[in-house]
Amino acid sequence: MPIYDIDYETMPREGLEAIQLRRLQTTIERIYATVPFYKETYDKAGIKPSDIKSLDDLRRLPFTTKQDLRDNYPYRMFAVPMDQVVRIHASSGTTGKPTVVGYTKRDINTWADLMARSFAAAGATAGDIIHNAWGYGLFTGGLGAHYGAERLGASVIPVSGGNTKRQITIMQDFKPTILCGTPSYILHLAEVALEMGVDFKDLSFRSGIFGAEPWTERMRRELEAKLNLKAVDIYGLSEVMGPGVSVECVEEQKGLHVAEDHFIVEIVDPDTLEPVSPGDPGELVFTTITKEAFPVIRYRTKDITSLNPVPCTCGRTHMRMNKPSGRTDDMLIIRGVNVFPSQIESVLMESREVAPHYQLVVDRVDNLDTLTVKVEIDEASFSDDIKGLQAMEGEISHNIKEHLGVSAKVALVEPKTIERSQGKAVRVIDNRQF
Amino acid sequence: MAEQISIFIENKEGRLAEVTAILRDAGVNIRALSLADTTDFGVLRLIVNDNDKATTALRDQGFTVGKTRVLAVEVNDEPGGLNQVLDPLSEQDVNVEYMYAFANPQCKNAIMIFRFDDLEKAKVVLAEQGIKVIDKEEISNL
Repeated sequence: MPIYDIDYETMPREGLEAIQLRRLQTTIERIYATVPFYKETYDKAGIKPSDIKSLDDLRRLPFTTKQDLRDNYPYRMFAVPMDQVVRIHASSGTTGKPTVVGYTKRDINTWADLMARSFAAAGATAGDIIHNAWGYGLFTGGLGAHYGAERLGASVIPVSGGNTKRQITIMQDFKPTILCGTPSYILHLAEVALEMGVDFKDLSFRSGIFGAEPWTERMRRELEAKLNLKAVDIYGLSEVMGPGVSVECVEEQKGLHVAEDHFIVEIVDPDTLEPVSPGDPGELVFTTITKEAFPVIRYRTKDITSLNPVPCTCGRTHMRMNKPSGRTDDMLIIRGVNVFPSQIESVLMESREVAPHYQLVVDRVDNLDTLTVKVEIDEASFSDDIKGLQAMEGEISHNIKEHLGVSAKVALVEPKTIERSQGKAVRVIDNRQF
Repeated sequence: MAEQISIFIENKEGRLAEVTAILRDAGVNIRALSLADTTDFGVLRLIVNDNDKATTALRDQGFTVGKTRVLAVEVNDEPGGLNQVLDPLSEQDVNVEYMYAFANPQCKNAIMIFRFDDLEKAKVVLAEQGIKVIDKEEISNL
């Protein structure tokens, strides 16, 4: 398969690392001068930009966390004045306030390049028609893929998420050859297609790029069998850029090549924060080295995975990361939406002084994630009026949708029926089989 | 004026029997009962001979117990008996939120438990019509 940016993607490690160091030094110097958060943090740690003399020196720099981004909400982590920012995206935070990220013209350009690389890695060329079922909006999936598809020169169908039957009609009539979307939604779509009597063997798909939520090898087999295409994984997060931070190649389908000319990847032990032995699992950490508007240094993703330093047969020299296998925090990804139990708690507290005991139950029904929020009733909120109780359920459900953008069924339950372990409520039951 | 206790119960097998067993063990007699339910939960409404005893026993077992003021109304056991109660109320715009019947072997008339949207007004209307409303003590002693 043709490689989109042959010079950078197949660069020998030595040259790649020299570029990384130069770009890292430039980034550190710039953020030290422009972002008060970094200057204060580095001053406190007694580090100057000029101390970064090798890639190993990166380890001397403190980590950046989602909490830091929240403390600097909305724009204080931006490293350029707003007149240079051309795009803003956001992802959900742990307490209702989203994490806001910005892009300069050059950042958008870089992102488009990296998404074009990703499509090429999945086997796409300028002749392809790309069906983009990621949501367009504050979420980075839709627009990120859109710009990358255009950059590649392919024809992009900006169908976005939802409206499944119409999507299937478009697939039949427009004959797209490359599919992208959230894997659980795509599996749901495949089932709806089956009900409509549509066989994917009669459609034109060759490859699919799936991401925005973790998925497994079992799901890959299911996607490939049901959709009659090659399925590759893509990874990204808005804090680092969006989709295209790393992607699998269709040749191997075994690990995601990190765009190392733009991001430095580390794996650390989430408890000691020390680097793990090569190949061992730990928390994935990224440093952006070309981003202008929103650079992050040693950003802790909370995703658990490992790196695979073995050179890939596809010819790319960029290191592969294995599929993320879990999280170090309690974040759930439900239909591509990030959900923290603490966000549900703040919604529940809107209408009362004290949050009731609650529990999130996540299931996968017909390949669609369902979220049920169980809420223990107490005597203060109890009345013998059924309509009132149902209205209470409806109101909570509405508020969750408003604040988190995810549909949830709310079920009132009897007091003290939510499981507690060592006195602490078990907040999440995830019954999904990935 | 009568007082009803209400209990939140999830739609789970055997849950109703657990509630009635708690009342049995506490020596509480159920005089009237109605169960309103949705797909997930139900509200059990009870008239018992001893509200305090019933409430304490149920709370001890972790149930959410509420109290609601209702009217126990004597209804003539004849065709149109219920309309004698409902018609004047409806003329005065008093609405019934729910109602259920009461077992009363000592009386030849039926007794119905009513929850009205405007309880005070309902009392006045019923008194004007000379319809008998049974009070709390009477119910306990029935």
